[in-house]
Amino acid sequence: MIAATRSFLVPFIRRPVAAAGLGILVCMTAAAILAPILAPYDPSKIEPISRLLPPNAAHWFGTDQFGRDILSRVIYGARLALLIGVGVVSFALITGVPAGVLSALYPRFGRVMMRLIDVLMSFPALLLALGLIVILGRGVSNAILAIGVVYLTTTSRITYGLTLRLRTETYVEAANSMGAGALWTIRKHVLPNLVSPLLVQASFVFAFAQLSAASLDFLGLGAPPEIPSWGNMLAEGRIFITRAPWLLFFPGFAIAITAFSLNLVGDALRDRLDPRFRNMLNGNRR
Amino acid sequence: MGSYAMHRTAAAVATLAAASVIIFFFIHAIPGDPLYVLLGDSATPDQVDALRTRLGLDQPIVFQYFQWLANVARGDLGTSIFFQAPVTRVIRDGAETSILLASITMIWITLIGVPVGVIAAMRHGSWLDQCLSGVAMLLASIPTFWVGLYLILIFAAWLGWLPSSGYPSIFEQGGLTNLRYLLLPSLALAAPNAALILRLTRASMLDVAREDYIRTARAKGIRPMRVILRHILRNALLAVVSAFGFTFAALISEAVVTETVFALPGIGQLVVQSILRRDYPVIQGIILVTVVLYLAVNLLVDLSYRLLDPRVELS
Amino acid sequence: MLRVRDLSISIGGQTGFTDIVSSVSFEIGKGEILGLVGESGCGKSMTSLAIMGLLDRAGPWVRTGRVELAGFDVIHSEPYQRVEAGHGGIAMIFQEPMSSLNPVMKIGEQIEEAIAVHQRTPGAKRTLTARELLEMVRIPDAAMQLDAYPHQLSGGMRQRVMIAIALACQPQVLIADEPTTALDVTVQAQILSLLRELCDTLGLSILFITHDLGVVAQLVDRVAVMYAGRVVETATVERIFSAPAHRYTEALLSCLPDAAHRGQRLTTIPGQAARPGQVRQGCTFAPRCRYAVDVCASDAPPDALLPGDHHALCHFPRGVSP
Repeated sequence: MIAATRSFLVPFIRRPVAAAGLGILVCMTAAAILAPILAPYDPSKIEPISRLLPPNAAHWFGTDQFGRDILSRVIYGARLALLIGVGVVSFALITGVPAGVLSALYPRFGRVMMRLIDVLMSFPALLLALGLIVILGRGVSNAILAIGVVYLTTTSRITYGLTLRLRTETYVEAANSMGAGALWTIRKHVLPNLVSPLLVQASFVFAFAQLSAASLDFLGLGAPPEIPSWGNMLAEGRIFITRAPWLLFFPGFAIAITAFSLNLVGDALRDRLDPRFRNMLNGNRR
Repeated sequence: MGSYAMHRTAAAVATLAAASVIIFFFIHAIPGDPLYVLLGDSATPDQVDALRTRLGLDQPIVFQYFQWLANVARGDLGTSIFFQAPVTRVIRDGAETSILLASITMIWITLIGVPVGVIAAMRHGSWLDQCLSGVAMLLASIPTFWVGLYLILIFAAWLGWLPSSGYPSIFEQGGLTNLRYLLLPSLALAAPNAALILRLTRASMLDVAREDYIRTARAKGIRPMRVILRHILRNALLAVVSAFGFTFAALISEAVVTETVFALPGIGQLVVQSILRRDYPVIQGIILVTVVLYLAVNLLVDLSYRLLDPRVELS
Repeated sequence: MLRVRDLSISIGGQTGFTDIVSSVSFEIGKGEILGLVGESGCGKSMTSLAIMGLLDRAGPWVRTGRVELAGFDVIHSEPYQRVEAGHGGIAMIFQEPMSSLNPVMKIGEQIEEAIAVHQRTPGAKRTLTARELLEMVRIPDAAMQLDAYPHQLSGGMRQRVMIAIALACQPQVLIADEPTTALDVTVQAQILSLLRELCDTLGLSILFITHDLGVVAQLVDRVAVMYAGRVVETATVERIFSAPAHRYTEALLSCLPDAAHRGQRLTTIPGQAARPGQVRQGCTFAPRCRYAVDVCASDAPPDALLPGDHHALCHFPRGVSP
């Protein structure tokens, strides 16, 4: 466990920018967990006398059109951001990895499966998510599901490609020639080698999930309005852009810095990968 | 040429066929009676009966699918509940805005992403390269609509140089000068995508620069600039060209949000409003049209890639 | 024709560098083929890239030394700089003919590009010259192959194209870095005889880099043996095979399988090849040498001069009684 942690940290030594990205993510996670302690105000408390205040000593990030404290809302927003990210990544991995591995090991199943993925990928990402939202309805879990389906496609494609590659590696062929069974091969040779590339993929998916969720919120089709998500804050504050520019600055900045940090971390991890796998992880899809 | 193109086209058509099944069942997956879904909740029983006969909803579902497919082939995508007009016409009304927005954005992406990526690669490792790469990654991480909102604030509200929203057709009064309405939206839309193309151009330039044949080119005594442009860039662009397929898909996704921010009367805003209005036939139509368009663009990218890379012929 | 003097190539910074090639010196006369022989990792390819001026800016760098081409020092200059200064005369062919040609350019274009740089031929005549070059390297259907792409040719044909490109540079010296290693044995023989022929007819000097002693015996006039970044022995090919002086050369030759010892265990050199910079004191081969004594591990070996311009960097060269 300690060795694993250490090897995870290696890419960040001597890369101050990537290390900063990792630091920001740790802070964000801490903010999400400790939100009730860290937030100076109740994020939903309406305070009509202090509407649209610019940043000041009492409200560091200012207040919104209902007099709610923006700092507190941004801190609570980290909770949803984390939930969406973890949710989408988990969904994409839990569905995409088995689909990819099995497709690579059983070509007949694989041909059907990958055709299906092709079909799903012929829908532009946000339209696919929007279509699913229309069917499922608005809500946090539905947003996770809708975005998760989008990234299930890329994740299974990448897993498929990686597994195919691994299967032709000399040591895997050697194991097979010595009579190792399919399950043994998966457990001993395929899965352990998938961990690092999938970690890279996970950080990119986490980043894109933030942007997709923010888009859904902004269009009024994501988290319900009573939830203080960064996207909702942008959607609600939109019409006040000229009167109170700070209103949009902080939540937008929170989204950007989160996605940016995740991309930095993903990049740092990717640069440590075996070069043969590196180029397979460019499947940016937004 | 022929067999490759035909093979790729056949694959695209097969994908489209499968996608059409999903799109057809979209209406049936929405909770509620598909007839009310298609006609809206305010439909009268007479209308419902008329539609049932027209669509043959008493027929088996497979038959209905082919009926729908036949209608689509004739250009009949159904009727908009909100506009009470053919979906094709509703979509066509938004097409001008969206096509122009996408085209202008593509120009930005190519004009900014590729040359700046080349410069970053040439100065690889320098502070300039690190700055450019950092900015590119930042731009790729910022939500388009956030960029859009602040562009509106700065260039429309504060400086007053450009209009903040809307887009009158270039065929109306103002003519081509109306394109200025698309300047800010296209910049907002281009930012993250140009950033991705920049990163890709840079990365593939550096990859190609390590190839043996670049060493051969240098050994010939060609000047460095010519090595970069004729040998490195020419090969690096192959990867960039193939990326234009998914860039286009990203563009469609982000255009939905951007058109909403800038209140542009395009297909993107139409789909959002149709979702809020529960105008399902329009949503279905738009999804179908975008999928067709996306597959067509990818096919084109595929075929042009083949023209650029002589090796593909064999595989 | 080409004279390399005291060439050292280092990795690391200006302070705290490690030499991966140390004080390499040799010369090649007009129409002569010098074989630079050594195990992989001994620094022979690095030496050739440094002579050619093709070391990466970020990688190993030339610390000391001169490379004289017809009397002019051309070290530190990239090929295009040499062309501009009027000393374009070194060309190079590489180990991997499969990846050494630009995949998206026609063969003709790639040859003509070199012609345009090195010969002031007007555009229309370049195609003709390119065709003549292809004929010179024995490519059948030369006129047709000008329009071919590299992937349409076999490995041997591609290496011929590489030679044609090199000849288009009108070189006085050709550096061939393991040009036949990636090829079939029959194709290998054809390429070798082509190189020999070019050397004889054009008076080309060739620096032939290889680890294959069989190729050396077939092709070269003189041999420089490299071990761990140093040239440890230089002699004519006859002397190297009949009377090797350096103990490393001797050990290397004894590893060659030979029909007289059929059925016996193959000889190997004990231990592992020293990495350049690994042995800091004494003779680099001492840790593996079965004749080594104390002085070998402590003092740098002298340059022993034997009859017939035969050099060996050894305390106790074979055939010389101590």
